[in-house]
Amino acid sequence: MTPGAFASLAALLLVAPALPGIATKTKSVLTGRRGAPVLQLYYDLWKLVRKGVVYSTTTTWVFRVGPVVVLGSLLVAALFLPLDGRAAPAHFAGDLVAFAAALALGRFALVLAGLDTGSSFEGMGASREVTVATFAEPALFLCFIALVLATGDLSLSGMLGAPLAAAWPHAGASLTLVGISLFVLLLAECSRVPIDDPATHLELTMIHEVIVLDHSGPDLALILYGSALKLALFGALVVEVFVPRAALAAPVAVVVLVAGLGAVAAGVGVVESIMARLRLDRVPQLLVGASALALVGIILLLR
Amino acid sequence: MTTASQIVLLLVVLTDFAVLGTTRMRTCIRAVAVQGFLLGTLPVLLASQLSVHAVGLAVGTVAVKAVALPWFLAWAIREASVRREVEPLVGYIASLLLGAAALALSFAIAAHLPLPALKEPLIVPVSLATLIIGLLVLVTRRKAITQVLGYLMLENGIYLFGLTQTERVPFLLEIGVLLDVFVAVFIMGIVVFHINREFDSLDSARLAELKD
Repeated sequence: MTPGAFASLAALLLVAPALPGIATKTKSVLTGRRGAPVLQLYYDLWKLVRKGVVYSTTTTWVFRVGPVVVLGSLLVAALFLPLDGRAAPAHFAGDLVAFAAALALGRFALVLAGLDTGSSFEGMGASREVTVATFAEPALFLCFIALVLATGDLSLSGMLGAPLAAAWPHAGASLTLVGISLFVLLLAECSRVPIDDPATHLELTMIHEVIVLDHSGPDLALILYGSALKLALFGALVVEVFVPRAALAAPVAVVVLVAGLGAVAAGVGVVESIMARLRLDRVPQLLVGASALALVGIILLLR
Repeated sequence: MTTASQIVLLLVVLTDFAVLGTTRMRTCIRAVAVQGFLLGTLPVLLASQLSVHAVGLAVGTVAVKAVALPWFLAWAIREASVRREVEPLVGYIASLLLGAAALALSFAIAAHLPLPALKEPLIVPVSLATLIIGLLVLVTRRKAITQVLGYLMLENGIYLFGLTQTERVPFLLEIGVLLDVFVAVFIMGIVVFHINREFDSLDSARLAELKD
């Protein structure tokens, strides 16, 4: 692993918990409130790590393994992203499928852990989470296909690295569409407002939050950190599509990545302030819309 | 190269999809207004040099398609106080997918059309797509107002196609077409208003009940 790749991965892992904080802060400021501190999630994580764990007697090892698999799979997914804008720590032709598979594995583990509690609320949340994923995953692959067509490279390091900068002049329109589509996917995958409301406290309306109701202590810390990391991963995808950084010096590339992540988080906050949450049966419509955007991008490239 | 006109054409496609995907009538009207504005900027962006012809066409298009007609349709909705939901016959997701299929089809057709070399090759597929999607909206939406919107999009597609020949078609003819559309929509709006007064609904399916 090059120092640049290591530094950018470390930066991503470090700033990830700040992103939900930035989103919440933006939302608070725009709605005229003071809001929680940006670093709130760090405090929460520190608090949770020191606490004990309570396990319901109905749960099995599936429940205990869940949080570890969630975080582990996201860390694996992070290894495939060329966070310094050049090459990822791990890359091979077709690693975009491995990236999507790692994300899917994390979701699978989370959903299983939720189902393992035997609570009907968590079962409902699990079913919703999987429903959203069913529509989000095709959109993700359509985005990847568009990127592959634009850059002619089958690995994430290639399609988000140097070839991407070369593709912008002739495929800018498609890449813009892919970027927008990825941002909608970010909202869906990371359970943000038009799809899910992270601030909700009513189990009936939750999607993501309801699955983790029974987790406590360090387990909950792992899951909360995992959610923040997932936001950072998708944010990094959006940043990398819009700002190819292959030509920048390694330290500058890291700074640009962190700044871009902050901007994406602020964008999420803006969306949360101006939009109401969608009715559950309208969510597929939004995600099919995102797929349609990526599809238009593909058609523009195939022409 | 990605030029300003390409981006505008792309935004036109996005407004097409916005009309297919939104549930609110007012948002649909806004999307069509934005589309009208985008179409208005195109003659200026495509013209090799800034001529009175191009600017006049742009100003006329923006005035009619982006300001007058949307305002009039919004007025018709308000006055007729219809329900604000679109009520499609074909669901939103199916409409979006059909829209994507229409776009693919229009790219395929445009590749085979024996057209002279154009300054902006993207304009033909986008015009065909807007035309087909307009037709789709016209056919699959139940409300009379959304059918007017579909007609407007259909006309926008034709206008886009006309832009490929903008250097050759006389100014008066284009303004004449614009005026035609304006009058047509005006009459449609008034008809819609009267349909609503007679039937207490804008559901065009109920017009089939008209028998002597």
